[in-house]
Order: sequence, then C-alpha cells, then structure tokens
Amino acid sequence: MPPVSTLIWIVVALVAIGMYLSWTAGRLDRLHARIDAARAALDAQLLRRASVAQELATSGVLDPAASIVLYEAAHEARQAEEEHREVAESELSAALRAVFGAQEQVEAVRQVPGGEEAAGELAQAVRRVPMARRFHNDSVRAARALRRHRTVRWFRLAGHAPFPLAFEMDDEPPVALADRPT
Amino acid sequence: MKIGIVCPYSWDVPGGVQFHIRDLAEHLIRLGHDVSVLAPADDETPLPPYVVSAGRAVPVPYNGSVARLNFGFLSAARVRRWLHDGTFDVIHIHEPASPSLGLLSCWAAQGPIVATFHTSNPRSRAMIAAYPILQPALEKISARIAVSEYARRTLVEHLGGDAVVIPNGVDVGFFERAEPKKEWQGNTIGFIGRIDEPRKGLPVLMKALPTILEQCPDTRLLVAGRGDEDEAVATLPAAMRSQVEFLGMVSDEDKARLLRSVDVYVAPNTGGESFGIILVEAMSAGAPVLAADLDAFAQVLDQGAAGRLFANEDADALAAAAVALLRDPERRAELRARGSAHVRRFDWSTVGADILAVYETVTDGAASVATDERTGLRARFGLAARD
Repeated sequence: MPPVSTLIWIVVALVAIGMYLSWTAGRLDRLHARIDAARAALDAQLLRRASVAQELATSGVLDPAASIVLYEAAHEARQAEEEHREVAESELSAALRAVFGAQEQVEAVRQVPGGEEAAGELAQAVRRVPMARRFHNDSVRAARALRRHRTVRWFRLAGHAPFPLAFEMDDEPPVALADRPT
Repeated sequence: MKIGIVCPYSWDVPGGVQFHIRDLAEHLIRLGHDVSVLAPADDETPLPPYVVSAGRAVPVPYNGSVARLNFGFLSAARVRRWLHDGTFDVIHIHEPASPSLGLLSCWAAQGPIVATFHTSNPRSRAMIAAYPILQPALEKISARIAVSEYARRTLVEHLGGDAVVIPNGVDVGFFERAEPKKEWQGNTIGFIGRIDEPRKGLPVLMKALPTILEQCPDTRLLVAGRGDEDEAVATLPAAMRSQVEFLGMVSDEDKARLLRSVDVYVAPNTGGESFGIILVEAMSAGAPVLAADLDAFAQVLDQGAAGRLFANEDADALAAAAVALLRDPERRAELRARGSAHVRRFDWSTVGADILAVYETVTDGAASVATDERTGLRARFGLAARD
C-alpha cells in the first residue's frame, strides 16, 4: 500500500495532464473554427469573382471571342465539383489574364456606361481572392502543425475532423487590373 | 464597421509605427468607420478622442536595449475592458510578437484578428524560448499583413505561415502641395534622420561628401534630425563644414518643404529597415532619391526604376552616384516623374482600401470580436451545457 502522499501526487499529475489535454483540444477547436471562417470567406470571394466575370462576358462590352472564353471559364468555375474546383478557378484566372492582359481593354470597359463600376468590382475581386486564399492556407498550416503534434495524435484530440487541406490555385491577377505590388 | 486598433508603443513618443496607426485611424474615421485605438500613454498626455490609454509603458531591458513595454495584471485588465466595451467587428494588432500590448490583446481576444508585422528582427533567443507560449496566441490571428516583401520573408522564416503585403501609407497630396523654400533650393542634398544613429547612415554620407564637394563645389548638404552636430562633422575638413547645414528637428510641414526643395534626397541607411517610409515621402514631394540598396529600399524604389540605388555602405559609390545626379538635370527630372507616378500605390486611398479589404475578408465568415473567456472546469469535462 503506497503512502497517501504518493496517491495525492498521482492525482495531481493526472489532473494537470487532463487540463493540458483539454486546453490543447480547445486550441484545436478554435483553429478548426478559423479554417471554417477562412474557407467561407474564400468561397465568397471566388464566387464574387466568377459572377463579375460572367456579367462582363454577357454584357456585350467585350468582343465575341473574348466574351465566349470568359463566359466559359466563369461558368466552369461556378459549376465545378469540389475536386475540380482548384483547376477550374485557376483556368478562370488564366482567362482573365488573357482577356484583360492589355491596359487598352480595361480602358475600353471603363468607357461604356456602367463600365467604371464593373472594372472596379473586377479589380477588387482579383485582388481579394489571393488575399483570402493566403489567409485560408495560413490557418490550414497552423492547424496542421498542431495536429501533427504527438499529444494530439496519441490522444486523438482532433476527433473525426478531416485533416485540413490547403486550397492551391493560380490566382495571379491580370497586370492591367493590379497596378500595385502584391 | 467597428474597428479596434492596438498600438504597442507609447503614443507620446514619436515613431514610425505610431504615425502609421494615427494616419490609418484618421483615414478610416474620414471614411465613416468607428475606430478606437488602444495605446500605452501617460495619464497626463493629451490624447486624440479616438485613443484609449492602456496605462504607462514601463522601461525594461529587452533585446539588447531598453524598451518601453506594457505587461502585467493591470495592463491585461485594461485590454480586456477595452475589448469588452468596444464590441468590435475586427481588431487590428500591430507588432503582435513584441511582449507588449500586441501580445496581450492577442491573448485576450477571440474573433477576427488582423495583425501587421512592421519590423523584421532576426529571431531572438527570447523568442525561441517563448515560442510554445507565443504560438497559441499568434495562431488566433486570422490575417497577417507584412509591410514589405522583405518583412514577409522574415516573418515566414521565423514564425511560419504566410502574410499579404500591404505597404505603409503616405498622404501623397500633403507632400505634393508643400511650398519649396528659397533658402533650401539650389544644388542641395537632403538627409533626414537621427544624426547619432549610425544605422541611419550619416557617417557614410560624411565620408562621401569631400568627393562630392570637390566635383560640385557649390553643393550644400541639409541635415534634419536630432543628434550631436559637432561630432557629425568631425571627420570633415574644416573648410567644408560650412557647406553642411543642420536644421535640427523639423515639423511635418518643414519636412515636406525640405523634400520639395532639395535636388537629391540621400538615404544611406546601412540596415535594419523593413520599409522606408521616408523614401515614399521624398518621392511624393518629387525629390529624386538616391538610396542604399537594402532589400526594403530596393522594393520601395521598384528595383531602382523610381530612384537611384548604390551599394550599401560604399561611400565611393554614393559619391559617384550623387555627382552624376547633381550634374544631370535631365536624369533628375526623369526620376522625379517616375517617382511621382510610382508613389501613387503608397497613397492612403490605395493602402486604406487594401487594409479595409483585409478587414472585410476576415469578417465575412466570422462573428465579432469578444474577450476570450477561459472555459470553466465543469465545461471542460463536459458537465456544463455548451453554448
């Protein structure tokens, strides 16, 4: 029979370990919430970009060839299944770069009635997508770093939450729309 | 939008970060946002209406020098009260990794947190030791901003993760509108910065000056900044000392007028710069810029397209470049034109829109800021109802 003081120490140690585990689980929970928020924001920005692109494509401001290319890419990006999303969004980026590669094209859009706002919205959208993606991937990295920690693995603190994945795509904005350092 | 900004350094001490926060807050208020700034300040200091004092900063030795920091129970309580009363949609913390208000607010808050990293300090021993403590606080930040590509690189190396680059803002119009001053015009070179801080590079310029004055004898050097003037000119031949004019500390208006008046602005800084706001101000005022080729400076000057770069700490290269510029009015006019066009991207209208875009991105999918209530023991073991 071990002395009482030993038993007390064992209890104290168990409680301390329990509190540490609970705190770590709380941290992980917060990181998962941050990923969810970042992902929602990224989805919103991507959708906004595709919508503005589609509006421009159907507005008749662009020449027919450019309209078809842009419409096709924007449509694909909006309809893509989850596993093709990154590819479809990258293709929209490429299409936007192809269509708005020249400063003259942007100027032409600005000239028509309502074009100033459309060009402004598109410039804002192509600027915010890389931002939202960077914030999302940053939160994914933080969560992954914690989940790889042995305490989290041994005690299965992450539960059934799926291992977070970064969103990888080509989000380089058209030069004519992004006249500032990134 | 209700925005809370946390300033890590004393409001009553002038400094780059403080000025940046002041200008940002005033810009956002002009746009109709509700802004509150939490900053360390003496209780007697008169504060603008949007600043809330977090108490006096305590001078303590940190990182090789004496820093004025806020920490401890009282500061933490003030941070929590500010967060609780503010009900902000987003809080913007500056320098979250310094052991001051930034870190305290990061610790105490939850919700959309934006953080700007200004300095690019090499990783210190204290930071490595504190990493396990720092990490849980820093991982609450939903969006990180670095002031330059260089600052972003060091941030990624030291803390991992990623950041978007948004440069510091300048009120370009203020410098553009300044009136040149007659007595500061006519073959003048300008320098602004602490005289007694070798990092600001005045010794390099002093070493280059004899060569410059030999080849362009009627040139004058105008130096604005605090420090020992006699010591600064000690290395100069006595005959040349009259061609160096010390203006002491200058007001914002005089700084703008000085930059409007000079023929060349020289920034010989030898290191420790993560941005280079003075170069942006010089370009706004239309001064041709000649700067050391530090990473941060090269980026601000568009890799030398918007201003001339010389090899860092090389007095001969500085002298040669300065002489070439002083003798070539056409090249100066070209630099003026390129600088004025390039500087638009640093204007508050652009920078402020980018910062607001970050705020909107992080608030898009999230609830508002609240104090981070520690979960009670009962809740931890699943005994209390979860909210």
